[in-house]
Amino acid sequence: MAVSGVIMLLYLVAHVIGNLKIFFGPGEFNHYAHWLRTVGEPFMHYEWTLWLVRVVLVVAVVAHAVSAYQLSRRDIRARPTGYVHKKPRASYATRTMRWGGIILGLFIVWHILDLTTGTVHPGGFQPGHPYQNVVDTFSTWYGNVIYLVAMLALGLHVRHGFWSAAQTLGAGSRSRDRLLKTVANLLALVLTAGFIAVPVGVMTGLVS
Amino acid sequence: MKLTLRVWRQQNADADGAMSTYEVDGVSPDMSFLEMLDTLNEELILTGEDPVAFDHDCREGICGACSLVINGDAHGPERTTTCQLHMRSFEDGDTIDVEPWRAAAFPVVKDLVVDRSAFDRIIQAGGYVTAPTGAAPEAHATPVPKPDADFAFEHAECIGCGACVAACPNGAAMLFTSAKVNHLNVLPQGAPERASRVLDMVAQMDEEGFGGCTLAGECATACPKGIPLFSITKMNREFLRAARKGR
Repeated sequence: MAVSGVIMLLYLVAHVIGNLKIFFGPGEFNHYAHWLRTVGEPFMHYEWTLWLVRVVLVVAVVAHAVSAYQLSRRDIRARPTGYVHKKPRASYATRTMRWGGIILGLFIVWHILDLTTGTVHPGGFQPGHPYQNVVDTFSTWYGNVIYLVAMLALGLHVRHGFWSAAQTLGAGSRSRDRLLKTVANLLALVLTAGFIAVPVGVMTGLVS
Repeated sequence: MKLTLRVWRQQNADADGAMSTYEVDGVSPDMSFLEMLDTLNEELILTGEDPVAFDHDCREGICGACSLVINGDAHGPERTTTCQLHMRSFEDGDTIDVEPWRAAAFPVVKDLVVDRSAFDRIIQAGGYVTAPTGAAPEAHATPVPKPDADFAFEHAECIGCGACVAACPNGAAMLFTSAKVNHLNVLPQGAPERASRVLDMVAQMDEEGFGGCTLAGECATACPKGIPLFSITKMNREFLRAARKGR
C-alpha cells in the first residue's frame, strides 16, 4: 500500500504542476502536452518515456488496489461479530479510505476515457489539442461534479495516506510526527486546490 | 445510583449470544465498574439466575486480566483499566452497554470472558530473551543508555489486556506486538535475537487471524498504559531491517 501509494503521489505532484500550465494559455499548455511525448529524446524514442510512466502507474494502481482488497478482507475477517454499541471511530479521512479509494479508482477510469482516449468526451475529442478538450469537459455540469467530488476524495485520501505510508515504511517518530502531519495536510491541500483550480478556471471564464 | 445495564450474555463458545437488560440499584459512585458488576451478580445469584461471567484478577490496574467494552469504549470512558474505572464516571439513571472484546482471535468463552491465548502464542514466538538462568546478574554489568532504558520501560508497561485489539476497527494486534518487540529489541540483552524476534512475532500475529493495521490510531487511544502509536512505526522499521538482513 505504502510503496505504490508513494509512487502515485509523486506522479500527482508532477501532474498538478503540469495542469496549472493551462492558465498560461493554449499555446503553452499544448506545447507542454506535446513535450510529455518527447521527454528523454534522443535517448528515448517518441512516447517511450510516456509509456514507461504509464506502465509504472498501472502497476502501482493495480498493486494498490490488490493490497487494499487483501487488507480489507483480512480486517473484516478479523472481527466477525461487531459491537452492538457503535461509535464513530478515527478521523473522517481515515474512515473514508476504502470508499474514497473506490471513488478515485472509478474516477481514473472516467478521466482516461474522457481526456486520454476521448471515448466519453463531450463534443468532438481532438487528439493533440488538450486545452480545448479540457475546456469542453469542464463546460458540462457532470464533468465538473465528477471532478470536484473526486478531488475532494483525493485530498482526504492523501491526508491519511501520506502519513500512514510514512508509518508503514518506518519513517515516523515522536519528534517527526508534527512535520509528517503538516506535510500530509499541505500535500492534500495543494493537490486538491491545484486540481480544482482548472474546472474553477473554466467555470469563471478564466480558461476558455 | 440506579443504572440500566445491557450486558452480552452467551452460554458458551458455541451458543448464540444476545444483550440482556438488567436494573442495578444502590450503586455507589465510589464503586469500581467491577464492583458494580459484583453487585449485579449477587442479585442474580439470589434470584437463582446465572451470574455474569467476566475476567478480573488484581483489581489494581496492573495485571491485564479485566477487559469489557463499555458503551463502545475498551475499558470504558476513562483511560484506565475497567477495574480502575469508577462509577462516578457515569450519571445516575444511565444505560450502559457492556460487551466482550470482539475479535476472531479472541473467541468468547462465556458472557464477557474471551480467550486471549493468541497473545501468549505471540509472546512464545519471540517475546523473551534467551539467557542462562541462575543468580541475578550484576545490574551494571551491561550498560544501557538512559534513553534506551526509558524507551524499553515505556513499552514494558504493556499488560497484554487486549484493549488495542478490541478498539481497533480492524481487530489488529499491532500495538501489543510492537510494545513487546520494542521493549526487548532496544535493550542489549535482546540484541542477539533482534531480527528473528520481530519476524517470528509478526508471523505468529498474522497466523492468529488478527486484522491488518490501517493506522487509525484507536489502539493507542484505548491503551490503559499509554503505549504510543509510534511503537507500530518502530516495529515496522525493525521488521524492514530484519527482512533486509534476513535474520
